[in-house]
Amino acid sequence: MSQELAPLSDPGLPEHVHRKADVDPRAAKKAERQVGILFLFSVLGTLLFIYSYVGIDESIFIFLPVLGNTNAHQLFLGLGLAMALFFIGMAAVHWAKTLMPDHEVIDIRKEQRSRDDDRSEFVSTVKERAAEAGLGRRPFIKRTMGLALGLVGLSPILLLRDLGPLPENELNETNWKAGTRLVTDPGDRPIKPSDLEVGGVAQVQPAFPEGKERHLDDIGKDSVLLIRIRPEEFNLDAERLSWTYEGIIAFSKICSHMGCAVALYEQTTKHLLCPCHQSTFDVTRAAKVIFGPAARPLPQLAITVDSEGYLVAKAPFNEAVGPSFWERDSK
Amino acid sequence: MSARERIAGQVANYVDERTGSAKWLKKTLTKVFPDHWSFMLGEVVLYSFIILLLSGTFLTFWFDPSMREVEYEGSYEPLSGLKMSAAYASTLHISFDVRGGLLMRQIHHWAALIFMAAMVAHLMRVFFTGAFRKPREFNWIIGVGLLTLGIVEGFLGYSLPDDLLSGTGIRIAEAIIQALPVVGSYLAYFVFGGAFPGEVFIQRIYTVHILLLPGIFLALITVHLMLVWYQKHTQYPGPGRTEKNVVGYPLMPVYMAKAGGFFFIVFGITAFLGAVASINPIWLYGPYTPGQISAGSQPDWYMGWLDGLVRMAPPLETHAFGHTISWNILIPGLIIPGIVFTGMALYPFIESWMTGDKREHHLLDRPRNAPNRTALGAMSITFMLVALINGGNDLIATHFALSINQIMWGTRIGIIVLPPLAFIITKRICLSLQRADRDLVLHGRETGRLVMLPHGEFIEVHEPLTPEKAYLITQHEQLAALEPVAADANGVRNPKGARAKLQARMSRAHQEQIAKPTSKEMLEIEDHH
Amino acid sequence: MRYLSRFRRHRFAGPLLLLAGLLFVGFGYTVAQAASQTVTTTNSDKATLIAEGKEIFARGCSSCHGLNAEGAGIAPSLIGVGAASVDFQVATGRMPMADMSQQAMRKEPVYDEEETAALAAYVASLAPGPAAITNEELAWERSGDTAEGGELFRNNCAMCHNFAGQGGALTQGKYAPTVMGVEPKHIYEAMLTGPQAMPVFSDNVITPEEKLSIIKWIKHAESEPALGGAALGRVGPVTEGLLAWTLGLGLLIGVAVWLTTKAR
Repeated sequence: MSQELAPLSDPGLPEHVHRKADVDPRAAKKAERQVGILFLFSVLGTLLFIYSYVGIDESIFIFLPVLGNTNAHQLFLGLGLAMALFFIGMAAVHWAKTLMPDHEVIDIRKEQRSRDDDRSEFVSTVKERAAEAGLGRRPFIKRTMGLALGLVGLSPILLLRDLGPLPENELNETNWKAGTRLVTDPGDRPIKPSDLEVGGVAQVQPAFPEGKERHLDDIGKDSVLLIRIRPEEFNLDAERLSWTYEGIIAFSKICSHMGCAVALYEQTTKHLLCPCHQSTFDVTRAAKVIFGPAARPLPQLAITVDSEGYLVAKAPFNEAVGPSFWERDSK
Repeated sequence: MSARERIAGQVANYVDERTGSAKWLKKTLTKVFPDHWSFMLGEVVLYSFIILLLSGTFLTFWFDPSMREVEYEGSYEPLSGLKMSAAYASTLHISFDVRGGLLMRQIHHWAALIFMAAMVAHLMRVFFTGAFRKPREFNWIIGVGLLTLGIVEGFLGYSLPDDLLSGTGIRIAEAIIQALPVVGSYLAYFVFGGAFPGEVFIQRIYTVHILLLPGIFLALITVHLMLVWYQKHTQYPGPGRTEKNVVGYPLMPVYMAKAGGFFFIVFGITAFLGAVASINPIWLYGPYTPGQISAGSQPDWYMGWLDGLVRMAPPLETHAFGHTISWNILIPGLIIPGIVFTGMALYPFIESWMTGDKREHHLLDRPRNAPNRTALGAMSITFMLVALINGGNDLIATHFALSINQIMWGTRIGIIVLPPLAFIITKRICLSLQRADRDLVLHGRETGRLVMLPHGEFIEVHEPLTPEKAYLITQHEQLAALEPVAADANGVRNPKGARAKLQARMSRAHQEQIAKPTSKEMLEIEDHH
Repeated sequence: MRYLSRFRRHRFAGPLLLLAGLLFVGFGYTVAQAASQTVTTTNSDKATLIAEGKEIFARGCSSCHGLNAEGAGIAPSLIGVGAASVDFQVATGRMPMADMSQQAMRKEPVYDEEETAALAAYVASLAPGPAAITNEELAWERSGDTAEGGELFRNNCAMCHNFAGQGGALTQGKYAPTVMGVEPKHIYEAMLTGPQAMPVFSDNVITPEEKLSIIKWIKHAESEPALGGAALGRVGPVTEGLLAWTLGLGLLIGVAVWLTTKAR
């Protein structure tokens, strides 16, 4: 190993091979013509672009293979622009390749490191001038300067306080209260148990009182999925069973993992699938997680019927809906 | 002197009298740039950035980043009368009621995808050729920074239209913020101005997307390019090329024409994609509402690996003393990416520690001549690919009639098993290639021509290599592994003994090479002939 | 004969004979197959329709669904599923199932319209269930609202069938198929009866008018041309990323290689 080869001697840059355009004036003329034609293609492209912009109606669709029925205005506008730009580039590159000199040129690299005398001059300069600043001899200045700069850096951070309100208890609350009616989403129609067949599913929101508008913020925590299976298929403890009504069970639709809408219900397996990260929840066991990264089951909403026979919430959710957070206190 | 020359002279004089630029320009115009296609990947990134700036500025003239609710009254019938945010409505307006609007949106988004793809390709080129070594470590770190910021910028960009797909992505981002211990819920409320989705998020990320991040990009790209300019670009080894020179073409006229032309070509190809391929058809996704979701929801490709990691994470959460920590979010979403990117940023220093090599390098490595590094790169790529594939597991399942559960288990096991396997296989391949090179030098190229010797033996004719080729495959340096120094000449123990031992062990593994042919062997061969 | 035997040692003789043999067997099988599928002509008398349906059922369905449609093993009971279910499953070719895989796939229907109607009548006679519907009865073009249908689709259907109705993955290898290219009545019947893993969307959860709007939106999405160029499957960023890496970067690298090669 130590008899390592001294590298074979560098044969130096290979002989320059002339291009056709270098030796044959006709070939050079041909290359020139080619460059010119490429530039003219670009001109054609710009003309196509202008024509498409003003001349092609936006409602025309033409059929092309692969693209299918496509909007002519948009297509030719884009193709015109593409042509206009592309061929300028092709012309410039072809010009460089065929006509500009292609002799390889050598330049010298200097070491990145500065010369020794420059370095020592730099060092002595810095030392002298640092001594002139006098920080070393004046610790009081140093400390108070550090204090001032550090504190002033805090001020902008304080300014950011009003970016938003404090969460307080909002993450633990939804608009579901005891007696809130379940209404269809969209449509806002109240639901009777007979409206939902076995194997059926309904997207549901809490009924909002007259005049109060539902915002996306509300949908982001109130969304509920209503599912009906045969009562004997439930595998729940007595308490959770009492939160169902005649085979109908309600879960928060907001995934306990990262908040996507878990609306994918498989009637045959009684599983809910969240399409974001494939967390799978078992409806018969109170949305217990059976696959995927979710760590908690979906919160279950206790439901019953009111005096008019419509489905209502029995109580608010017993835990926070949606993704976990530091202050979340429940299993 | 012609009229043109006279005028040019007057202009040059005018500028020089005010800036003293003649000296600098003279040096600059004759600067030499090495020419290789793999050096143009960085150019693709740069030009894509310019395209993003231009097309993006166009879009800002019509985009309204407000989340206030409006009723759609534009020309796209299937959304007519629906309630949506002004951001979504203005994006629809750009797509259907501004001529060239949809084209510009598509060019902008395709340019973003190519920006990121070229950046990754460029990173791989720099890594596998060892271009990050001294003196270019700072540039490497800037590059990793640009990659990270690019991912964020792209994510914010496609979230601006506030459609169902990107809104889902924002929901997931909010869940990551919320999951941060101690400060999570506060930070989430500050970022969103209240509960999710709130009414301010789009206009806040608009500011970040069009002002803050582009500004930081411009600054970082400028430093990145200045370093390349000042340190001079690296070059591939070969005849005539040494550590002390640069061989290539001068800036004027050749490089200007080629690089300048390439800008137009990149722009042209991006515009072509914008013309013929639909991208981000937000009118099909619908406006964002947290109660809806589409099957097959994925982020853009450069975030797909994050999505894949989150999907395959085990459902780990700890609940203690009234508090929750979601490891199933923090580990794949923050900790693992953090480790990966930090490791990536620090790699130049790790490698120089392993090799003990503190010299400047301007000649690139052929990947086979750095088997350990190449294998590490292959391992990282494998890791990312497995994660990326898992990010699209539902689409793969539907397309190839597989089960998402099986794919998930496959990638869970694969991400642990496949990267080390890729490492081993790649390293062995590199060493085999080195062996092949060695044979090539010693015995020449196998021509496939068989000759029968007078005494009946058949031999295959080997053609000796050209001096250029022989030089190319033997010019590389093979550093010996570091020897741990347990004690110095006086028997004083090395205080950094344990670290030195570790360093030596890693160095031995890192420097594993097939030795180049020795002078003795070369002479023996010469005698043969 | 002597003329043909001259070519018996020709190098193509073997392959040609093999081809001839295959064609013969293939044609013969097809003819024999066709012969066994006799089309029974019926009159529209309901009782005979039911009887005919019972006969077809016994022949083609009872082996899985039981002689009285009571269900057996994984084949569910068909009592109470109604004519709508039968029309959907049989007319889209899902039933009879080709193999016992995770789910029945849409394929060429085995039974023609009359036979399907007979089967539907028979199953409907077992117990009350949702009635089948015809395309003519569905006035989706007149009564439906495309925009409302889109909202309803995204709210109730997109989570399984994807935002553009292209289909999506379910667990354990099941999938929600594409809703493109499906007859309006089958879309309606699917929503009403909840075939296989699909849940049931009762008429009070999604009203008949809303169902018509959904159909109208689906039909619109089917016919809407690719507004920005090639649609790339309408599945989102995955295919877009693939195209950027393959066509985009591929073209660019190709140009870069051309750019740096020496001209002749």
